[in-house]
Amino acid sequence: MNNQEGYFQNVDWSAMWQATLETLYMTGISVLITFVLGIILGMLLFLTSPGNLWANKPINLVISAIVNIFRSIPFIILIVLLIPLTMLIFQTMIGENAALPALIIGSAPFYARMVEIGLREIDKGVIEAAKSMGATTRTIIWKVLLPESMPALVSGITVTAIALVSYTAMAGVIGAGGLGNLAYLQGFQRGNNDVTLVATIIILVIVFAIQFIGDFITSKLDKR
Amino acid sequence: MISIKNVRKIFPSKHGLLIAVDEVNLEIKKGEIFGIIGYSGAGKSTLIRMLNGLEIPTDGSVTVAGREISKIKGSELRQARQEISMIFQHFNLLWSRTVSENIAFPLEIAGVKAPERKKRVAELIQLVGLEGREDAYPSQLSGGQKQRVGIARALANNPKVLLCDEATSALDPQTTDSILDLLVDINKKLGLTIVLITHEMHVIRKICHRVAVMENGRIVELGQVLDVFKNPNQPITKRFVQQVTEPEETKETIEHLLERYHSGSIVKLTFIGDSAEQPLITHLIRHHHVTVNILQGKISQTQSGSYGTLFIHIDGDQAEISKAIEYIRSQKVGVEVVTGE
Repeated sequence: MNNQEGYFQNVDWSAMWQATLETLYMTGISVLITFVLGIILGMLLFLTSPGNLWANKPINLVISAIVNIFRSIPFIILIVLLIPLTMLIFQTMIGENAALPALIIGSAPFYARMVEIGLREIDKGVIEAAKSMGATTRTIIWKVLLPESMPALVSGITVTAIALVSYTAMAGVIGAGGLGNLAYLQGFQRGNNDVTLVATIIILVIVFAIQFIGDFITSKLDKR
Repeated sequence: MISIKNVRKIFPSKHGLLIAVDEVNLEIKKGEIFGIIGYSGAGKSTLIRMLNGLEIPTDGSVTVAGREISKIKGSELRQARQEISMIFQHFNLLWSRTVSENIAFPLEIAGVKAPERKKRVAELIQLVGLEGREDAYPSQLSGGQKQRVGIARALANNPKVLLCDEATSALDPQTTDSILDLLVDINKKLGLTIVLITHEMHVIRKICHRVAVMENGRIVELGQVLDVFKNPNQPITKRFVQQVTEPEETKETIEHLLERYHSGSIVKLTFIGDSAEQPLITHLIRHHHVTVNILQGKISQTQSGSYGTLFIHIDGDQAEISKAIEYIRSQKVGVEVVTGE
């Protein structure tokens, strides 16, 4: 290594910035979609479970099975399995958009379980009270279940978002762009340890920032 | 107002069928405060939940305010529920909403417009005495205040019936009394029919007009509160009545006295209504040659009159004692000679 000129001389800062934006883009979009999809799936898991508003064993079992299957597939394998789907949507496997299907399908079931746990923690009595007031199921979902579980939903998406940052790095390795891609191609494969180090530090900063924001919102929401 | 006919509720359980409510028949009048007392597992919780359709009876019919709750479904049931409010042992408030927002919730459900809602919430806050706590969250309130929010929320849509599910069981005695006073107040002010379930005879004594005693899913005793206090038939009813009339230590005291005094009799006197106001003891000592020793006494107020018990020890000549007891009997006072069983 020719490192006579000082620290980080192999780092191309504009490429690093570009990669950071790509990572943030992939994480941001996938967090948003995972949040919505995970809440829908988790809500269905909760509502169809025994003793709840839409108690339905067969449907519950089917959703539960799908969630469990996608949750158990290692992410790197999921990317490969999803190549046909990705090609169908984006006609390419290169670039940050190509990582999105795998990121979302990998994380939504994971988040759905956290949503379900959050919903189960709501006191059954509160749901009963809403029913006794003549609330429709829609009202119960929007005005009881979601607001009452919001701190759990936010802390769950925080954990999921952090997992998603590391997923983007993995997706980067097979061509999705972002800091993972940069660290692998420019850093690891060329032996430029400073590039790998800087990329890692940026990822750490992103993770800390997500955790901080998540904790802050959770504590603001939690009035218990 | 409420009519329960031949109602049964059977739950499937691991050990076969569980009959939670068995052949219950009840008529509850408009404006009445009706209490159902029983130990846990007696079926009272299931029974009260059938009044707003949270449970559906296996057999029989439940009619509240002219609607057959046990038959209607969907939007008709939801409509009916706005007229049959419920308050709960654990309050069941939404912790994510402030006091005002919790009270506004049933109004939102009923589709009341925002300005109207605001006005009604302010009225209700005043009615239950929570001025100044409008913007507090439930976690910042005491148990009694939480139940006041629960009551305000229950009254929001001007219901015809208020169901109280062990509404004071999680509160300390003093707070219990203030909540009970509030319920009586509401009953008088709004003419609301109140049905409550409890395991505390104190609650029945303090506010109910009529009481039903439940055991193993059946109503074993039913009547005016004062009559039930005066003349409890079932052993379980006697136990409940004792909760209020005889403090814990009475039994021990009496056992102790029976050991100590071998002569004379220990007598339990029961006073109902006006008889509580006669100078009975004075007369007893003046006109009979006996000594009277007052051991313990208590007067309880019920919604329809006072009710008192007094334990005395009468000593003297056996014939005189008998005459004295005869005299007390003639004064419309319940007499029971206590023997050590």
